[in-house]
Amino acid sequence: MKPLHWLALAALAVLLPWLPGLPLFWVSLACQIGISAIIATGLVVLTGVAGMTSFAQASLMGIGAYATAVLSTNYGLSPWLGLPAALMASLVVALAMGAVTLRLSGHYLALGTIAWSVSLYYLYANLDILGRNDGISGIPPLSIAGWRLIDIRASAVVIGLGLVGAMLTTRHLLDSRWGRAMRALRGGAVAAASVGVELGQARMLAFVYAAVLAGFAGWLFAHLQRAVNPTPFGLVAGIQYLLMAVVGGAAHLPGALLGAILVVLVNNALQDWLPHLVGPGVNAETVVFGLALVLMLQAAPTGLWPLLARKSKPRHHDVTAAALPRTLMPAQGGVALQAINLQRRFGGLVAVADLSFTLYQGELLGLIGPNGAGKSTSFNLLSGVTQPNHGRVELGGRDMTGSSPQDMARCGIARSFQHAKLVQSLTVIENVALGTHLRGAASPVAAVLRRDRAEEARIFAEAAIQLERCGLADLADASATELALGQQRIVEIARALAAGPSVLLLDEPAAGLRHAEKQALAALLRQLRAEGMAILLVEHDMEFVMSLADRLVVMDFGTVIAEGRPQDVRRNPAVIEAYLGGVA
Amino acid sequence: MMDTSTLLALVQDGVVNGAIYALLALALVLVFAVTRTIFIPVGEIVSFAALTYAGLDGKTTPPVLALTMGLGLVAFLRGAVKARGRALMILALETLGLPATVTAIVMAVVPMQLGIVANAAIAILCVAPLAPLLYRIAFAPLAEASVLVLLIASVGAHLALSGLGLLVFGPEGARGDAFSDAVLEMGPIILPGQAIWVLAATLATMIGLWAFFRFTLAGAALRATAINRRGARLVGIATDQAGLHAFWLAGLIAAVSGVLIAPLTTIYYDGGFLIGLKGFVAAIVGGLVSYPLAALAAIAVGILESFAAFQASAFKEVIVFAGIIPVLLWRSLRHVSVEDEE
Repeated sequence: MKPLHWLALAALAVLLPWLPGLPLFWVSLACQIGISAIIATGLVVLTGVAGMTSFAQASLMGIGAYATAVLSTNYGLSPWLGLPAALMASLVVALAMGAVTLRLSGHYLALGTIAWSVSLYYLYANLDILGRNDGISGIPPLSIAGWRLIDIRASAVVIGLGLVGAMLTTRHLLDSRWGRAMRALRGGAVAAASVGVELGQARMLAFVYAAVLAGFAGWLFAHLQRAVNPTPFGLVAGIQYLLMAVVGGAAHLPGALLGAILVVLVNNALQDWLPHLVGPGVNAETVVFGLALVLMLQAAPTGLWPLLARKSKPRHHDVTAAALPRTLMPAQGGVALQAINLQRRFGGLVAVADLSFTLYQGELLGLIGPNGAGKSTSFNLLSGVTQPNHGRVELGGRDMTGSSPQDMARCGIARSFQHAKLVQSLTVIENVALGTHLRGAASPVAAVLRRDRAEEARIFAEAAIQLERCGLADLADASATELALGQQRIVEIARALAAGPSVLLLDEPAAGLRHAEKQALAALLRQLRAEGMAILLVEHDMEFVMSLADRLVVMDFGTVIAEGRPQDVRRNPAVIEAYLGGVA
Repeated sequence: MMDTSTLLALVQDGVVNGAIYALLALALVLVFAVTRTIFIPVGEIVSFAALTYAGLDGKTTPPVLALTMGLGLVAFLRGAVKARGRALMILALETLGLPATVTAIVMAVVPMQLGIVANAAIAILCVAPLAPLLYRIAFAPLAEASVLVLLIASVGAHLALSGLGLLVFGPEGARGDAFSDAVLEMGPIILPGQAIWVLAATLATMIGLWAFFRFTLAGAALRATAINRRGARLVGIATDQAGLHAFWLAGLIAAVSGVLIAPLTTIYYDGGFLIGLKGFVAAIVGGLVSYPLAALAAIAVGILESFAAFQASAFKEVIVFAGIIPVLLWRSLRHVSVEDEE
């Protein structure tokens, strides 16, 4: 959406509540929708984008609501001072919660949020300062220059503007360096780590952002209702917010609003009609919502928005800016990467028994061996994905044993994967831009405030250059899911190059490529070598690797059985035996 | 400060409650291992069984039967979309025939007033089938989905079932008759009859489960499915069927727990949820796979809860549920991986 569209939305939020003849009841429903949609927007980032599920959003909303309620009643502070307090409180609580919970994976995390939600609820209901089960009443309304916003239509304006603001900042955040990092958490975490994304930080960012939006919604809620009690901050409410995101389409920003509209309206209709059907005093709407959640997951797991909206065209990025400054390549011929007696066992299986070799800058070293020889494990040892049981990895003379993939990336290693790991929700050029993560510096706050545009332009210019080099410039705006397997491997090379590495580890890059594509890849690798790049190549295509490599290291059963120039290795009896099982 | 007798009473209380959490933890581990579903509605089965047991007065038909038959109808309609021929027959038998038979039997037996053990059996019979019916409606169609999706669906099923519970049982709580009024005195330990019943029933259920897994073909099929779903299918095990069996067992165990807990405390239509969650805390300590660890952890949870209730009763639930966080943390630290999720 263009800035003009956002302005129009904001104008709509200001004017719509004052439409003559609009029943006030509708306005109050709109307020509910707006507050819910802000929370659901946070869930889009957390669940839809970053792939984490939280049932605790209503409880986090309670943090913001109680923070401002206590300050404005007990201490008589202005509600406007309650806003930063509410945001800070939810931020701090989310940081603390995240620090102990976010290491949990998948369903453990979701269960953890259930535990948090139940704990917070009972805390609200039992703390004296929060008024226990009765809560806090007499909260002042917002006021602007002495004008108290008691009219619900005025509150609707504030809530509407708040929603537009929340969606705008979310859009900005998602379209940034950290937005790409968060998207990579879903299905591309290993690849993101290999270009230096600190996964823990990305997870925390998504969690804290969603929590701050929930706290903001809580602040709006407290001054709209003028009273708070524990009920709206319990687990059932938390489930409802998740329902909104799932119904609307958790991966889509408009889905949050759509889900909020549907759930609030249906809830309202149910509360009107169900008592006539099943008698008063029965929460029949929870039955309907529970069933709706189950049926949605069975029938339309991606939510309604993707079904209603036409498939949006992927965003085209302007790539005319100057690219990122080039990284300095170490001197030709220097030692780039050294493996010293590396060993790795998995239980009783020795995948790599004893691996030693040296890779020099400006050299292309082929690592070959029959299936199961330990090549991919070696790759993981060299890039920090797996830690060796024994032995060392040195990078440019520095001991890097035990380093994380991120540290390896920081020191100039980039890699591709045998099974291509592209982020499905990003376009091709965005996947390549993910590779520049360490070369950018913009913080999430800068992204939200749109202060990262100059850097982003340079990042995309860089990504475009690398794509062009790899011959995939035409596919820049294609979705990563549309590519053939061979092309995905090439995109991985472009992503690795975008990191500005001095050592490149390529795991079977030629697999699945056609003849002409292989030749183009060979030309690219030769050019990189000429520039001084150190390249380690694992490859099964013997013709390809023999014609390219300066030297070969041959592995079998986890050890090096031969090393040398291709023409010598080809005649080595041990190599022939390993490949052909011994010539009788 | 507390004296020895208070201490003993607290521990004893904790162990009795913990035994019930242990049963639930077993049910949860079983269902998760076989179907990857985190069975949140287990709590509703507990409260429904407890309320059904407490409500048996020899005159009224248990209201929960309407729910069992209703869910059966929904499960039939849900399954009839795909099933044909013999499969449709079996489906009709299990989803329509079985609840109808249960209803007929219960309506015949209730007026006979056969006593407390019979009442317990009636309550279990009425409520246990809810679990396999839920499986057919909510979880079997999602068998290939991720654990996370199954969990969200499970939370949805919990929400729906707890709403239905209010509809069926109303907002009032109830407490069932104790199985026995006898009191066993062993030095400083005073063991009420109900506590003995709970411990004995828990032990019997565990031994029964062990024997089932060890000696029966159906048990072996469940174990195989739990260890490797695809592998089990390749050797001819119907994993759908294994899932159904797992939910049957879980339903039975949860209904037994409900009947056992009914005389110990007043149960409301939504009270089972918190009880079930405590079973979860224990199941998670066992990593959702280890039965003995889960059972031990359940006892620990029971004791923690009973001390928390004594020291800071208002914050009892906060303490117990915040207690799950370090456990989760320890669990996930033992599985450090940057593997992609999904």
